[in-house]
Amino acid sequence: MRRYLLDYLNSIWKFFTRIMLSVILLLSLAVTSIVGTLIPQNESPAAYFQEYGEFLYRIFDVFDFFDMYNSWWFQLLIVLLTVNIVVCSIDRLKATGKIVFAKNPIFNLSRFKNHADKENIVEDRSPEQLKDIYEPFVSKGFGYMRSEQTDKGFCIFAEKWRWTRLGVYGVHLSIVLLLVGSLIGSIFGFDGYVNIPEGEAVSSIRIRNPAQAKSLDFEVLCEDFDVSFYDSGVPKEFRSSLTILEHGKPVLKKDIIVNDPLRYKGINMFQSSYGPLPPKEVTLSFKSKKTGQAYQKKMLMGQQIDVPEAGGKFVVKDYDNAYQFRGRSIGEAFSGVLIPENGRPIEILLPVRFPDFDQGRKGNVAISVKDYDRRYYTGLQVTKDPGVWVVYSGFILLIVGCYITFFMSHQRLCIDIVKKGKKSLVMVAGTANKNKLGVPNRIKKISEKLTKLA
Amino acid sequence: MEIIILITIIFYLLSTAGYFAYLFRQKNYLQQTGYYLLAAGFVLHTMALAYGFIQSGQIPVKNLFETLSIACWAIAGVFLILQYKFKLKILGIYAAPLLTIVMALASRLPKEPVQVENIYNNLWFIVHIIAVFIGEASFALACGVGLLYLVQEHAIKTKHHGFFFRRLPSLELLDSTGYGCIVAGFTMLSVGLVSGFVYAKLVWGKFLSWDPKEVWAGITWLLYAALLHQRLIAGWRGRRAAVMAIIGFAAVLFTFFGVNFLLKGHHGEFTRW
Repeated sequence: MRRYLLDYLNSIWKFFTRIMLSVILLLSLAVTSIVGTLIPQNESPAAYFQEYGEFLYRIFDVFDFFDMYNSWWFQLLIVLLTVNIVVCSIDRLKATGKIVFAKNPIFNLSRFKNHADKENIVEDRSPEQLKDIYEPFVSKGFGYMRSEQTDKGFCIFAEKWRWTRLGVYGVHLSIVLLLVGSLIGSIFGFDGYVNIPEGEAVSSIRIRNPAQAKSLDFEVLCEDFDVSFYDSGVPKEFRSSLTILEHGKPVLKKDIIVNDPLRYKGINMFQSSYGPLPPKEVTLSFKSKKTGQAYQKKMLMGQQIDVPEAGGKFVVKDYDNAYQFRGRSIGEAFSGVLIPENGRPIEILLPVRFPDFDQGRKGNVAISVKDYDRRYYTGLQVTKDPGVWVVYSGFILLIVGCYITFFMSHQRLCIDIVKKGKKSLVMVAGTANKNKLGVPNRIKKISEKLTKLA
Repeated sequence: MEIIILITIIFYLLSTAGYFAYLFRQKNYLQQTGYYLLAAGFVLHTMALAYGFIQSGQIPVKNLFETLSIACWAIAGVFLILQYKFKLKILGIYAAPLLTIVMALASRLPKEPVQVENIYNNLWFIVHIIAVFIGEASFALACGVGLLYLVQEHAIKTKHHGFFFRRLPSLELLDSTGYGCIVAGFTMLSVGLVSGFVYAKLVWGKFLSWDPKEVWAGITWLLYAALLHQRLIAGWRGRRAAVMAIIGFAAVLFTFFGVNFLLKGHHGEFTRW
């Protein structure tokens, strides 16, 4: 029974060591990813229903095509690929480890003679003399060197960059780090947002997915907000002056702009949007029809005031950033109610951009907006990602690993010196485990230098 | 500015003439002339880009003309290095006309830069752009080498030892050059993706927003990763590797054009015209 189980586990292990599995998984991830670029992701069910009709909608919904990068089958592919990478690496590392960590590298002279790229030189000196000249040169360029006595002379073996055979495991580990890092981020981190009116402080934010509130263990105060525009009216830069408060006391102040977030206790606050807020105060002008006299009055929103020349009472009820008048936006507008001394209350509209608007009413008094405090709220993206350093180390390892794997190789050199009469025959041969195309060139250069030395 | 671009195109055109003369006459000085002409075009092209960079203070990738121009610049640069290293003289008949045609078409496009919001010229952004374009240029050349491989292989298989057979290098040289291109392209694409992710994290607070361009760049990376595994472990060389290089480049082209023209996303501004 136990043996049966071991065989079973063994065959699973074998399954995951297959290189074809990696290729199939890589290609499957590539092909399925296309779906998410063709179907817009995370829109409302109604929009999908309208776009695709009932039949397709149901099918797409079953396969999670509307949020496919978070779907079970896409995540399963990623998990399978990760297992595949880990199992393959461990499996191959056994063999590579034997080569990389061997104390005394094995050199096989006949293999160099038969298979390697080589150059032959004839020298006038004896093998002993040549060996003494060559050795310091070779040991300078190669990390490991040893000389052996042969039947008719000497043989110098050398090698370098044996460890580069591990480069590919670095690349594989980097992929695992990237996946683990983003997993840590999605479990222990969050992605949320908060809107803070100028001059106010908040201590909780909204999480995007799943939608819920989250309280922070400190307060964020937005002291000021500024926006500057290009001539075209496109916002150029928005800037929030934020202060972090702990138990009501300021501990950190920073102005944030879009690419310069504030970071505190592992939480990042990015400037992401802004919007106008209804004003608190407004200054109105009241122009009497009878006397032609204009009076200015400052009032709070919702505060009832006396209209000059006993015109009754007035209260500002509402503010709209883009008021719709007969189906057309006329921009910022206040609305209020005028209560005459005798008679019924009258609804009054006060568009900021059209100060003469209320004259058209032909009342005893014409009201217009003189000034009001323009206030904004700042929209912050608030994120926490404790996995970020794991991801960053994955990035570094990926680049370094790619460089080692693709541009460096384990290079071995063999210089065989044989006595022939009064002269010596020298064979310079080399091998590399990768980029074999460059080997003949390197051997040629080495043998040229050796000729100059002797 | 206009005039530098025009002279650049003329140099690329002359280089094309040099390489085609070499294809027919097989005189070595012809391909050398082609190489030096292309190098001269590259120097001018670099000056034009540097001028645009200094003038606007931003890396010039703000419309389809500018992105195509920088793509050609990367192809010219990678080609010069590749020919120097691998001595694959005949590849010029692919690279030089490609540069000439794309630059000539691109120069006909409007040159008004589009207003791009939320772009900040930090180091990551510059590294992202340059690395991605060098990577894609390497893939473009890998595709060219792959095409030459298929032509030569066809000549050998059919025992039709005619025009191309005598003029193309050995299958082995083509195969290793193609591999060199893909390895360089894969490394540079990795650098480009990583710097893009870091930029996105710093500016937008997340590495990945599953924007179509990001996903397609990921798809390209996965395709080449699959190709490299097939080659290094399963021993897919020669014909299969050449075909994969061509398929891979098709994905690169779609990532470059298709995503911008057919799909939406935050990379769209860069190729609008």
